[in-house]
Amino acid sequence: MTAVTSRAGAATASGVRFERSKRWGAWYVAEHELRRVPGYKWSMLATAVGSPLLYLLAFGVGLATLIKTGGSAGIDGVSYAQFVIPAFLCAGALGTATEEFTFGVLLGYKWNETYLGMNAGPITPRQIVGGHILFTTLRMTATSGIFLIIAMAFGAIRFPEGLLVLPAAILGGLAFGIPIAAYSTTIREDRGQFAVIGRTIVLPMTLFSGTVFPITQLPVWLQWIGWISPLWHSTQLARDAAYGHAEPGWLTLVHLVVLVGLIAIGAVVEVRLATRRLNR
Amino acid sequence: MPTPVIEAAELVKTYQTTNAVDGISFEVAPGESFGLLGPNGAGKSTTMRMVGAVSTRTSGSLSILGMDPNEHGPEIRSQLGVVPQTDNLDTELRVRENLLVYGRYFGIPRATVAKRADELLEFAQLSDRAKAKVDDLSGGMKRRLTIARALVNDPRILLLDEPTTGLDPQARHILWDRLFRLKEQGTTLLLTTHYMDEAEQLCDRLVVVDKGRIMAEGSPLSLIRQYSTREVVELRFGSERNQDAATTLQGVGERIDVLPDRVLIYSEDGEGALAEAIRRGLEPITSLVRRSTLEDVFLRLTGRSLIE
Repeated sequence: MTAVTSRAGAATASGVRFERSKRWGAWYVAEHELRRVPGYKWSMLATAVGSPLLYLLAFGVGLATLIKTGGSAGIDGVSYAQFVIPAFLCAGALGTATEEFTFGVLLGYKWNETYLGMNAGPITPRQIVGGHILFTTLRMTATSGIFLIIAMAFGAIRFPEGLLVLPAAILGGLAFGIPIAAYSTTIREDRGQFAVIGRTIVLPMTLFSGTVFPITQLPVWLQWIGWISPLWHSTQLARDAAYGHAEPGWLTLVHLVVLVGLIAIGAVVEVRLATRRLNR
Repeated sequence: MPTPVIEAAELVKTYQTTNAVDGISFEVAPGESFGLLGPNGAGKSTTMRMVGAVSTRTSGSLSILGMDPNEHGPEIRSQLGVVPQTDNLDTELRVRENLLVYGRYFGIPRATVAKRADELLEFAQLSDRAKAKVDDLSGGMKRRLTIARALVNDPRILLLDEPTTGLDPQARHILWDRLFRLKEQGTTLLLTTHYMDEAEQLCDRLVVVDKGRIMAEGSPLSLIRQYSTREVVELRFGSERNQDAATTLQGVGERIDVLPDRVLIYSEDGEGALAEAIRRGLEPITSLVRRSTLEDVFLRLTGRSLIE
């Protein structure tokens, strides 16, 4: 017994340090996932750079000429491009999160079974969940960061306050993505559930979350979609940072509480489900 | 016997209402090579998962390296090497990268892992495939890479769940050679298999498991002695005449087994039994005298009907 515990505690000839994997396990999981990135870096980079340029072009030059609200100033007293760009940045982060927390999760349990491999080693389900969240956060930081820099270069988002758009977008992505990850963890057979999520949840959410027009334009009986939508809450926070629209302080607090609440509840449920799935 | 590295007593695992493992007890000594034999669905893999500290037992007691997996799962797993039934390599990474990322999970410093990865690729005879994509490897190569990965932490116990299922004879022999080397170096091996020749090659001691229970325990040789005879005579008379021939053979050898395609006589003296058969006027189409193998033991203990 004593020989066993002392061996586990100290470094062995093989370099195994249990204390380190206990502390840094989630980071090792993220490190593993980061190593896969070179395999698809070009498609990632093209999306990260291409989509903001397309949005700027379409909404700054094209659509903006069609939409003339309230004379020279558009919605919230800013141009339409300025109104819509932070929202698209948030929607982009949410799209990345959705991809990682649906396909990315099932990849680990089923298609590639890498989660089973990690868990056969000292890595716990909690660390696997934490590592994937960490990796997704890094991926959102990279892609949305590029978007933000381009938008700032074109003057669509102010500097330096506009830097806060990034955490707002990431919070939105996680607030939607982590609960979805919990759902993904329960999927045994792929019967196109993720396509259903895209069509019946992500698409309507994007349309009714004040992305391309303020939700106050909607009849009251449709506005609730915005209120429960993580995308609306993150978009409103992002707009506050991007151009400082007039919103009472309590509402800003509500946005934060909703997003952080969804992340916290989602993470607790997801860890529980992952533990159940990996313990066979 | 030195302090066992695995001690299982009355181990039970229940899924819904069925007992996949139904009261299994065994001990494995350090450096020993121990096999779990049994047909599909016997509870071998479930037992392996419990020993691997990734499946919580329903009841019974279990101690791995002196620790209870319910309390110290991750700590136990940091000292195990696991080769699962299906390879779960990361197909999005290259061969060597699979070892690098896996080594990090054990808290091994980057430089140490890199050195270790090269040694293990050498051991697995994959050095020239270090930069290959995992999907481009053959089945045998993938298996060797999985074994290399399981060794990255220099484990005290290596768990192998059907290590050579689905491999061609060449690949199996290469793998056996690698596993035999590990055994020589003193690594404790716990393996499941339904290949009897594999069990005879690799196991010092084994248990035959069926329907979640242990049917027999011992070394390959002692099991053959106990449950079979020294030799077996295989006689073929054509499927129509086997039953009649068996009646004529009554009393020859210690036991007679009638199969659809042949009659088996279990005997200490195979040649003598064959001579007696011919003296009784039987004319087999083919005859074969061979030594008893674990397969004879296995089929006797777990029956010949197909379990699926």
